[in-house]
Amino acid sequence: MSKHIERRDFLKIVGAGVATAAVAAVPGCKTVVDNDIEDEYENQKEPPKGKMTYRTCPTTGDKVSLLGYGMMRLPTTDGGSARGSDAPIDQEMVNRLVDYAIEHGVNYFDTSPAYCRGESEHATGIALSRHPRDSYFIATKLSNFDEATWSRQESIAMYENSFKELQVDHIDYYLLHGCGMGGMEAYKSRYEDNGMLDFCLEQRRLGRIRNLGFSYHGDIKVFDYLLSRHDEIHWDFVQIELNYLDWDYANEINERNTDARYLYAELLKRGIPAVIMEPLLGGRLASVPQYLVEKMRQRDPEASTASWAFRYAGTPEGVLTVLSGMTFMEHLKDNLLSYCPLRPVTKDEEEFLYDVARQIVNVELIPCNNCKYCMPCPYGVDIPAIFVHYNKVKNQGRLPLNAQSPEYAKLRREYLVGQDRAVPKLRQASHCIGCGQCKPHCPQNINIPAELRLIEKFAENLRKNV
Amino acid sequence: MKRLSLKLLRQILGAAVFVAITLLLLDVSGYLHQHLSWLPKIQLIPALLAANFVIVGILAALTLLFGRIYCSVVCPLGIMQDLIARVGRRRKRNPYSYSRPLTWLRIAALVVFVVLTLLGLTAIAGLIAPYSTYGRIITHLFQPVWIGANNLLASGAEQVDSYAVSSADWVFYGWVPIAVTAATLLIIGYLAYRYGRTWCNTICPVGTTLGFLSRFSLLKVRIDDAKCITCGSCARNCKASCIDSKAHRIDYSRCVVCGNCIGHCSTKALYYGVKRKSPASQPEEKAADDKVDDAKRNFLVGTAMLAGVAMAQQAKKVDGGLAVIEKKVEPKRSTPLTPPGAISARNLQQHCTACQLCISECPNDVLRPSTDLSTLMQPVMSYEHGYCRPECNRCSQVCPTGAIRPIEAERKASLQIGHAVWVKKNCVAITDGVSCDNCARHCPTGAITLVKIDPDDESSPMVPAINTEVCIGCGACENLCPARPFSAIYVEGHEMHREI
Repeated sequence: MSKHIERRDFLKIVGAGVATAAVAAVPGCKTVVDNDIEDEYENQKEPPKGKMTYRTCPTTGDKVSLLGYGMMRLPTTDGGSARGSDAPIDQEMVNRLVDYAIEHGVNYFDTSPAYCRGESEHATGIALSRHPRDSYFIATKLSNFDEATWSRQESIAMYENSFKELQVDHIDYYLLHGCGMGGMEAYKSRYEDNGMLDFCLEQRRLGRIRNLGFSYHGDIKVFDYLLSRHDEIHWDFVQIELNYLDWDYANEINERNTDARYLYAELLKRGIPAVIMEPLLGGRLASVPQYLVEKMRQRDPEASTASWAFRYAGTPEGVLTVLSGMTFMEHLKDNLLSYCPLRPVTKDEEEFLYDVARQIVNVELIPCNNCKYCMPCPYGVDIPAIFVHYNKVKNQGRLPLNAQSPEYAKLRREYLVGQDRAVPKLRQASHCIGCGQCKPHCPQNINIPAELRLIEKFAENLRKNV
Repeated sequence: MKRLSLKLLRQILGAAVFVAITLLLLDVSGYLHQHLSWLPKIQLIPALLAANFVIVGILAALTLLFGRIYCSVVCPLGIMQDLIARVGRRRKRNPYSYSRPLTWLRIAALVVFVVLTLLGLTAIAGLIAPYSTYGRIITHLFQPVWIGANNLLASGAEQVDSYAVSSADWVFYGWVPIAVTAATLLIIGYLAYRYGRTWCNTICPVGTTLGFLSRFSLLKVRIDDAKCITCGSCARNCKASCIDSKAHRIDYSRCVVCGNCIGHCSTKALYYGVKRKSPASQPEEKAADDKVDDAKRNFLVGTAMLAGVAMAQQAKKVDGGLAVIEKKVEPKRSTPLTPPGAISARNLQQHCTACQLCISECPNDVLRPSTDLSTLMQPVMSYEHGYCRPECNRCSQVCPTGAIRPIEAERKASLQIGHAVWVKKNCVAITDGVSCDNCARHCPTGAITLVKIDPDDESSPMVPAINTEVCIGCGACENLCPARPFSAIYVEGHEMHREI
């Protein structure tokens, strides 16, 4: 506990220091020389060296960079990422990215035997072994992806293989992967019945594992159970999903998910540092609807949409590191900018982000209850039918939002065909002329023409995105 | 084991091509054209018009090698006639007889066809072009049935929450296309029913042209004089009526290499090849069952009526009520609109044989057959049912004749095919006194801005000001204009398309 308070104080001091430095820089700005302007310009795109924010792991005292490198979306030779492409990993590019990251203070690398079709550990090993062993921390996992590897023998083979692939004699952070997936039963048979949890504890005693933790997805019972055994196991860290949408709206994203607010509080209570995954919610928080992008830029014109999410995830003091699966140099640079050093999210900004989250989750649901007071629209638009259809799809979580998702083509067709079924073409939103005659009739005070335009734009973008 | 006979091979290949090309013309799902749009492009007249000499060369070479197999396995109209002829000769033992070639008529038809095409009256010439004739038959006479079945399936899919099939609209574009097509089908159908390949061997310009070449083909159906007993069975079973059995001669300009005669020869005196060789045995044909009955059509009409009733009931149930939407009426355009990729009205007119494939494929119901005599049934555009959407270039992808050349969606976005015209007396901002921005809001090039009609009066209505230099003529404004039945903004066509 006391360590946390210390760190908070430490951060305050650092924060104040940064603020002072900023204030001190202001008078300098007034007597600008061209050089300064260029520097400033440069600073906007090139992350500075030696400015990374670090957090301390309470059990081992590791100084861990706030940005952690997730090795699950490594670049492939066809210019894509190993998540979506079958091409081999572009090792040269991986080396370049890792070198650049280390150069800029990143020292936490998170991989798994399952990532990149099983190639991630190998590629990570090659890239990292080119650096001194004490300049980086390695996190890898006892993977649960393939049930064929659940036996004790196979599990130990997987564990030993990680050392070989990563070319190391100790692993800094070892995780039981995906606890909660498949519920308590799957957890027990994967990690306890075969004695692998005890095996890992033993390995920690022997020093081959320096920190032992687990990553949590899915069933909350497993999370609660594992924390209830903290006094006996002493988890060194726990990996959870945290971002400004998951904080309070995890449920809206996926029914089985638990709000990050709860998960984080439970860890903080026990003084267990949190490693954060999904700070961008699978990219969703980097590609928010256009009008939200505008809002965010309005508030901080120089900050990318993603940087908001990174700053948010890195702000709580119980966070050890924030993982990001960076495929391209641009991602790496942008993320480094967010953490070199971290500008903690203020109370005000936090509220702003929760507001954005509410808009992403809620406000897109149009509060129409189909009373039909607005009808008939003199130009034939079937207003409630349009809203009902949109809300229905949104509620089912079947809006085609992410064009990269493998489900996109299917959802797109579903939406467009479903829309034509729900509302005849001649009565769809494109026929709203914006005369506003409906507006005063709406008991919910919906800005009907504005909402119709948003829905039309959504469908129009789908159509164009053939 | 039975050898793969000439006739069987012809039937297999012909059936595959026929089914594929028919499905392509019927398709409303938008999937097939991605895989099958090459089929119309290997048809002779489209290839000639598109100046696709590779295809023309291949077809000529094939004919010089194998005879007029084109007419039996590539041309859908030829295969269709074979099917009809099959029905026609059911239970008749010896349905056909030798007739002398009507050479003067063949040459005359070909000359008329060529002259009309050179004069730019391709649409009229196209009335006897085989592939486009078949395209019209399928599009105008059979696609409505297909759409009816599709929509029945779609409503079934809707019941079970499936999105695999979506419904399609069938738009009625007047009786002219249907009447012209029905008349052609009646003539060709009757000739095929009674006399087999008479159309192909008297009127069809492709038949005549390939007939010049097939006289010199390497492989032919030949008569072994030593074996022939002059029974005449071959001649009486030749749907091309081209075997003069008494003289032991075959008119190769008319033989479409169907192989039927070979099977009918009891002494195996007929063979296909270069030199004498023992002929293949033939399986007896089964009678085909290719009735096109009216029941289907009646069924479609019935379904449509049912759907109409269901719609009316649905409308009544709604509490708030729905305003009646009047149908849009096509405005009189002094220059007709031609689709992007057509280059100019003249290019379209000269190259298009009116196969209707683009019309059948158009997902926005923009293209329809012209009823103007000089461009009869060639595609024209109008925007009552939809507009020429920015992401779509399907007509340009499927056109086999180069009348609509391939054009990328990006280029289309800056290609002007017409310009918008505002009609003050229809504009709802004035007639209804409401504010409306539908034309400006939907203009993809930002050519429309709203201005106060009286610059000095703050409260005067906002009406569209069109920058015709930037307008591409896509018709989004016309289609989405709330004024009905006549839009307050419509697109006037340009004879020449140009880049803006």
